[in-house]
Amino acid sequence: MSTIVDILSWVLLVAGGFFCIVGTIGLNRMPDFFTRMHAASVTDTLGAGFVLLGLMLQAGWTLVMVKLVFIGLLIFFTSPAATHALAKAAIARGLKPLLHRDES
Amino acid sequence: MFVAVTAALVVALALALVRAALGPTVFDRVQAANTVGTLAILMLAALGFVSDRPEFLDLAIVYALLNVVGTFAVLKFFRYGDLGHPGEETEQRP
Repeated sequence: MSTIVDILSWVLLVAGGFFCIVGTIGLNRMPDFFTRMHAASVTDTLGAGFVLLGLMLQAGWTLVMVKLVFIGLLIFFTSPAATHALAKAAIARGLKPLLHRDES
Repeated sequence: MFVAVTAALVVALALALVRAALGPTVFDRVQAANTVGTLAILMLAALGFVSDRPEFLDLAIVYALLNVVGTFAVLKFFRYGDLGHPGEETEQRP
């Protein structure tokens, strides 16, 4: 039983690390600010979700798992709020999204 | 196993810092700072498991709270030009 949990948590951890890297690569490659926000949210949701899930499996039914659940809930609720505030501030400051790239 | 995750997070952190350095607008930098905060939370949790010290998770929770509040404060500053004055009504703000 414990080997299954180890393998599963190892897969989750590697997937979490992979999505964190994918998110930050997207952060660098995306042409426009608003598309970069989407890439950054990939890190927030998938990357953090898988890493925390993998750590939860490793921790088992202990206080450590409760703390990990709290961290997950915290990120789950505050990350969209921060992204929303970011977009609202950017638009209010007149940052226009790049609607079409004029292939001259 | 956790060292592998920590290495992946370090690579992601480096990429996020590249965006923080390059970001043309200030909001790119705030977005990169937010991503660095999230990655720092994950790294704290992973390092807590590497060094077998569960107290790191308390640090991660506190850092998660601080990261969000800091992001809101910076955004409010760049949105309104200042962080507001005592006793000022918020309605007539542009």
